[in-house]
Amino acid sequence: MSRILIIGEHDGRQLNQSTARCVACAAAINSASIEIVVLGASSNDVASAAAALAGVTGVLTVRTAAGSPALAAVLAPQIAALAAGYDYVLAPSTTFGKDLLPRVAALLGVPQLSDVMSVLGPRTFQRPIYAGNALVTIEVPDGTKVVATVRGASFKPVGTGPVAPIRAVEVSASLPTHTRFVELRSGKADRPDLQTARLVVSGGRGVGSAENFALLYKFAEQIGAAVGASRAAVDAGFVPNDMQVGQTGKIIAPELYMAFGISGAIQHLTGIKDAGTIVAVNKDGEAPIFEIADIGLVGDLFEIIPEIEKRLR
Amino acid sequence: MQKIIVCLKRVVDYNVRIRVKPDGSGVVTEGLKMSINPFDEIALEEALRLREKGQAQEVVAVSIGPEDVQQQLRTALAMGADRAILVQTSAELEPLAAARILHKIVLSEQPGLVLLGKQAIDDDCNQTGQMLAALWDRPQATFASKLELKGTVATVTREVDAGLEVIEVDLPAVVTSDLRLNEPRYVKLPEIMKAKKKTIDVVAIDSLGVDAAPVLRVTRYDTPPVRSKGGMVKTVDELVTALRDRGLLA
Ligand SMILES: Cc1cc2nc3c(=O)[nH]c(=O)nc-3n(C[C@H](O)[C@H](O)[C@H](O)COP(=O)(O)OP(=O)(O)OC[C@H]3O[C@@H](n4cnc5c(N)ncnc54)[C@H](O)[C@@H]3O)c2cc1C
Ligand SMILES: Cc1cc2nc3c(=O)[nH]c(=O)nc-3n(C[C@H](O)[C@H](O)[C@H](O)COP(=O)(O)OP(=O)(O)OC[C@H]3O[C@@H](n4cnc5c(N)ncnc54)[C@H](O)[C@@H]3O)c2cc1C
Repeated sequence: MSRILIIGEHDGRQLNQSTARCVACAAAINSASIEIVVLGASSNDVASAAAALAGVTGVLTVRTAAGSPALAAVLAPQIAALAAGYDYVLAPSTTFGKDLLPRVAALLGVPQLSDVMSVLGPRTFQRPIYAGNALVTIEVPDGTKVVATVRGASFKPVGTGPVAPIRAVEVSASLPTHTRFVELRSGKADRPDLQTARLVVSGGRGVGSAENFALLYKFAEQIGAAVGASRAAVDAGFVPNDMQVGQTGKIIAPELYMAFGISGAIQHLTGIKDAGTIVAVNKDGEAPIFEIADIGLVGDLFEIIPEIEKRLR
Repeated sequence: MQKIIVCLKRVVDYNVRIRVKPDGSGVVTEGLKMSINPFDEIALEEALRLREKGQAQEVVAVSIGPEDVQQQLRTALAMGADRAILVQTSAELEPLAAARILHKIVLSEQPGLVLLGKQAIDDDCNQTGQMLAALWDRPQATFASKLELKGTVATVTREVDAGLEVIEVDLPAVVTSDLRLNEPRYVKLPEIMKAKKKTIDVVAIDSLGVDAAPVLRVTRYDTPPVRSKGGMVKTVDELVTALRDRGLLA
């Protein structure tokens, strides 16, 4: 029977929810064990949270230089060394996993699968290509380690289960000093996280300015939603990059996605295909977003948002 | 630095909507408009700007693919690349194979910097740059939205889920471009004429002695389930009622 190793994503203090989604993917592969490795966490909470996830059979912790953040060049040799005992190495398809896992795969000399969206068999997976306009089924031949990133929006995070044992491991790998962390500038406000929120309110070029986005923030706060944006809104400087939804931004699957002043370019739609309900408000009745919206309303967002707020009060 | 290598992939233009063949054997690409992968155009633009600032002497565009890729390499030369290398093959390559080939080219060219796109918009793999960096045993700075060179160090701002991360890497290094790194220039007609005199070295893939055989088996292609078109509402009242009915809003 095969063994699965999942690379846990965290910010030093907290386990990222993408890890629980990877566990859901792993659970669909018929394996003997599912282990999570936590590298360089400053808090024990990360490993404890990983150990509590349903289906996880063990957690490995690796101490790395104090406070050193997740640099692919530093983590990859350690994971490659650990991977020896596993048949599968999985990581979330977040910027963390996308940066790291190909480096691991190349060190192992095996191909990597990107954005696994469903498990069709223990070695057969489906993934999107062409911004999700086609799906491809890929088989990893016997004897080849499966190294894959998991598309979070395709898997519901697992809940908690019996607590798995945690053990500290030593990894011998020579770590490079050619890559150094300088700083992280976070645009994060006190709003729900875009990637895990149940409700998302999103704005595009139609919102017009950074000041006008205040309207969306206010509405989002009223209903407890996260705020997203189109690339055009980010490029125009209305909002920071971490709010971009789409092929080259975040792929999300909220229960409700409300798009205001977004035309619905395929690159944007790629990011919201798995949303439960899509609402579109656009003043152009011909906007392509209406082709996929579950509920569409033609009109001016500057009039409609205040009206919705009033109805909900 | 002496040299920057930019890796360019020929892909179906981003404005074209592709279709899966009815028998599930592939994606229809025949007769479609092909372009340089948009991220690679951005990578090239960045290399050209570094050269124009005097921070590099030469920009070499490299592509792996069939003979037709010459068209995109000509565009790269017209944009301003000094010369181009085409590793010719009609085989489909996995990112690891592409990285192995690019690694060979890098070893013989000895660039101070290799720029790639963060992802090709056809296969959306987002792997090649990272794999090249691993094989070359050099730093990687992926998803770059800002790149500054000072001596033998590059400071790169990366677009990550949590915001903007700044890292420092020793050169030579691999950098992959994100969309906001720059806006590529338009090619002017005289440049296209001038580019005709620049050279494209064609290298046969076999001469590189690289294991480029695919490992993964692609068994079928499918059209994704389409989201069915929903209904339109006329008023905010109807909208709010519909959302309440679905239990989405209180
Ligand atoms: C390689 C590549 C990758 C890309 N990746 C992404 C990505 O990840 N995410 C992404 O979003 N895009 C991405 N794009 C860009 C994408 O193609 C579109 O350009 C972008 O999504 C357009 O953003 P928009 O809908 O906000 O702007 P527009 O297309 O300009 O649409 C604005 C809309 O607002 C409406 N509007 C204006 N005023 C009002 C008003 N007062 N009330 C109501 N409606 C109004 C207009 O009718 C219009 O439909 C990518 C493009 C490329 C080439
Ligand atoms: C499972 C699978 C199925 C495939 N199916 C097909 C298919 O149906 N049709 C097909 O044509 N190919 C197919 N390929 C091969 C594929 O097109 C790519 O050549 C290879 O996988 C690179 O992936 P990517 O382009 O998504 O790389 P990414 O890692 O997303 O590319 C990142 C960057 O690497 C550089 N780069 C990548 N490829 C090249 C290149 N050839 N030359 C120069 N620079 C490059 C570019 O700078 C690019 O921006 C398949 C590959 C796999 C693994």
